[in-house]
Amino acid sequence: MAFTLYSLIQAAILCVNAVAVLHEERFLSKIGWGADQSVGGFGDEPGVKAQLMNLVRSVRTVMRVPLIGVNSVCIVLLLLFG
Amino acid sequence: MWDKGSSYPPAVYSSPTHYSPIPTGTHPRTNTPTLHVLTLVPADHSSRHQNMDLSHHGYRATKQRARPAPPTGDPVLFEDTSSAALGPSSQGYYASGYNMEGPPNDTQGGPGMNNLFADPMASAAMMYGSSLANRGQEIVNKEIGRFMSVNKLKYFFAVDTRYVLKKLMILMFPYTHQDWDVRYHRDTPLTPRQDVNAPDLYIPTMAFITYILLAGMALGIQKRFSPEVLGLCASTALVWVIIEVLIMLLSLYLLTVHSDLSTFDLIAYSGYKYVGIIFTMTCGLLFGSDGYFVALAWSSFAIMFFIVRSLKMKILTSVSSDSMGMGSSAKPQIRIYITVATAIFQPIIIYWLTSHLVR
Repeated sequence: MAFTLYSLIQAAILCVNAVAVLHEERFLSKIGWGADQSVGGFGDEPGVKAQLMNLVRSVRTVMRVPLIGVNSVCIVLLLLFG
Repeated sequence: MWDKGSSYPPAVYSSPTHYSPIPTGTHPRTNTPTLHVLTLVPADHSSRHQNMDLSHHGYRATKQRARPAPPTGDPVLFEDTSSAALGPSSQGYYASGYNMEGPPNDTQGGPGMNNLFADPMASAAMMYGSSLANRGQEIVNKEIGRFMSVNKLKYFFAVDTRYVLKKLMILMFPYTHQDWDVRYHRDTPLTPRQDVNAPDLYIPTMAFITYILLAGMALGIQKRFSPEVLGLCASTALVWVIIEVLIMLLSLYLLTVHSDLSTFDLIAYSGYKYVGIIFTMTCGLLFGSDGYFVALAWSSFAIMFFIVRSLKMKILTSVSSDSMGMGSSAKPQIRIYITVATAIFQPIIIYWLTSHLVR
């Protein structure tokens, strides 16, 4: 398959959007992935699930606002250039 | 060849002693970023190859343009070790090396002796222009330095001819290499010049560019060439490198493998397979489909062996955050899985990137 750099950017934007729309209390807590449910003891390896939950939470915290701008730019570009 | 240790050729123009030079601003003589890595490396680098590769020259030239003053803090990183021993004359080397580029920016000699142009206005304008260029270069360096550490990047490009040759041999035939440890010097890793096991970014960059050129040539042989295809091939390969590095970073983070592999290390290790790709494509172009598959098998095994041995040192023996030993029973398995998965991924990519080029 022939990737262009723009298709990589599009794929990245879609993935980050998918992570950012996961709601904390409506969804993540229901399936046990909430931020307050990762009880990790000190000196213990966090494990994959806790790391993943941390990652989801930090992506949501960091990327919420820049995603607004990036999505708007992407929408305008798609409208103009198809 | 640059003649080292000699000053700029004596004035053949009339010396304009009647005008005062326009002050060109402060040169950051003391502000050059130094890499606090090496202090004890012996300066005797004799018995190297006499011919330096041209790209090394080219890199050195741009290095000089970026820094108006010779970097006194890290002579070992950028000392030229591929020719005869230079040690004490490195200062003069930098002076002459910089002077070879064009009108010197008056860092070495006394003031106001640019005996370049008979016309003082033109030489004054030249000095002003070069000071503007230097200022712009500093700004660019500062901005780039916000996103990534330029010093860390310089570490990866501190190579010389001997290292490149040995590394290429190891990449193609890693079965006889005995010692795979990356040697350290007071907690900091040695530069690629001193340690042949250290990763570098020079070989992957050059191999990547050579791959793009070879792909263009292969497509031209099949009469499918157009300039857009070249760009497409380049961005496809770049995307695969980015994907692989991202997957590696993600898996190393999620499985809490605390290794000292930085992003640049991962880019380097994932770029080493382009040497195998070049070898495979060359054999495919020269010897047809049979040669292609033989070379594919050879370079696949070589790259897999190389990756497993190199990453084993870095991933499997890294210190985990807890030394209790409680959760560490699963750790070596996970690390082995990561190493093996990375190794398996390489031949797949090699095949993917080259099969459509060699029919």
